[in-house]
Amino acid sequence: MSREKTWKEIAPAGVCPKSSMSFKTGDWKTFTPVRDLEKCTLCLQCVMFCPDGAIRWRPDMGKIEFELNFCKGCGICANECPTKAITMVLDKE
Amino acid sequence: MTKAIKQETMAMSGDEAIAYAVKQSDVDVVAAYPITPQTIIVEKFGEYVANGEVQTEFVCTESEHSALTACLAASATGARTFTASASAGLALMHEMLFVTSGCRAPVVMAIANRALSAPLNIHGDQSDSMAERDSGWVQIYVENSQEAYDSIIQAFKIAEDTNILLPVIVGLDGFTLSHSLENVKVLPDQTVLEFVGTRQLPNVLTHEGKEAPFRLDPEYPMTMGPVAFPNYYFEFKRQQDDAMKNALELIKEVNTEYAKISGRSYGNGLIDAYNLEDAEVAIVCVGSTAGTLKTIVDELRQEGLKVGLLRLRTFRPLPVEELRSALENVKVVGVMDKSMSFGGHGGAVFHEVRHALYDSEHRPQVVNYIYGLGGRDSSPIELRRVYEELFAILRIGRAKHIVNYLGLRE
Repeated sequence: MSREKTWKEIAPAGVCPKSSMSFKTGDWKTFTPVRDLEKCTLCLQCVMFCPDGAIRWRPDMGKIEFELNFCKGCGICANECPTKAITMVLDKE
Repeated sequence: MTKAIKQETMAMSGDEAIAYAVKQSDVDVVAAYPITPQTIIVEKFGEYVANGEVQTEFVCTESEHSALTACLAASATGARTFTASASAGLALMHEMLFVTSGCRAPVVMAIANRALSAPLNIHGDQSDSMAERDSGWVQIYVENSQEAYDSIIQAFKIAEDTNILLPVIVGLDGFTLSHSLENVKVLPDQTVLEFVGTRQLPNVLTHEGKEAPFRLDPEYPMTMGPVAFPNYYFEFKRQQDDAMKNALELIKEVNTEYAKISGRSYGNGLIDAYNLEDAEVAIVCVGSTAGTLKTIVDELRQEGLKVGLLRLRTFRPLPVEELRSALENVKVVGVMDKSMSFGGHGGAVFHEVRHALYDSEHRPQVVNYIYGLGGRDSSPIELRRVYEELFAILRIGRAKHIVNYLGLRE
């Protein structure tokens, strides 16, 4: 990690020096969503419901991807999944 | 001083004078919610909007919290913004006062100072804005309607300076100034326009690594006021404190610059010293009471008594150096507070003035007078008695009470 800057070096008003993509907001989650490919019908409800946009639909590949760096493990996807294809698994650490 | 510009004299209340100053200051957005004794400001300004006399977007909101939020959002896009409030309205803005100053949004707000409930009271005292002392807003208090007009024009120039970027409160005593008709000299529209100018924006580095003007602009995406964790929050707060220190110098400069076009100045912009040079005893006050006190000083001076007055015009940032040099040779100082800090051993102004004098070589005796709460009138006789008490302290060498209540039934 780079050196933290002094108050004289940073922009005012908390203007972000970096894009939100560079802040890994999912590194403190307790539960991780695990998808059962057998049960998943690719209805994309989880993509719609994820409050962090951490589930991506890749039409080119015909699949969905979990971006775990931004998933906070809230479990909304598992709750909304109509086929119960997503289970929340407790992280081991 | 260069020759002042010819000015028209208008009969206006403090509130109307403020609305007129806002009208002349090319304000882009006004968002407000009515509350006595401020209402006339936005009511009058609403008339200007309805008559097509201004190009301002006027936003009627459902609360003061929303009013300031709208101002903050507009200001973040680079707009010049104004709002006005008082008492419970200002209290409802409390959360957004900090967000506004933290986002470095130079919103200008007039506060027609009024007491806070309970018990309900619509009359003038300074409890409302004194309670927001630490919200990161510059606070300027005026003595009369003329100064209210002048200070609003100055406030835009102070707030929007690219080295400052701080919101500014201009406080005028509720009813005493807000509702009293006065002769107010107004500058020509063009002169005010030239004085306030167009809002300038500093460049900042955005997350895309681009230099961009400090405003919300889809062309240059930027995030303002997001989360700052313990590793950065403190640094942002230090920046705000630094901006306040810069404001001390700027307020003086703006006061001088304004004097050149108007012929009017208010002390050095920070403090207004009256007969202090050789004064043995002096009163420090904030706001309109200074008018009465100046008359009393004149009377006592005619009687040969060495009395003086210091009106603290700028309360935030606190002009510590100015207070010290103006008061350190005075022997007894009485500080007037039109608000109460319950259990605080005196009022806010007393705390600050006494604190400023602590490091003086000849530290004066400093006593406090709480007065005028909930609009209670303070007569010249009562105020004259304060000077007499200060002389009594000078003779005896010590004060019986440090904190005193003026005009209260004991």
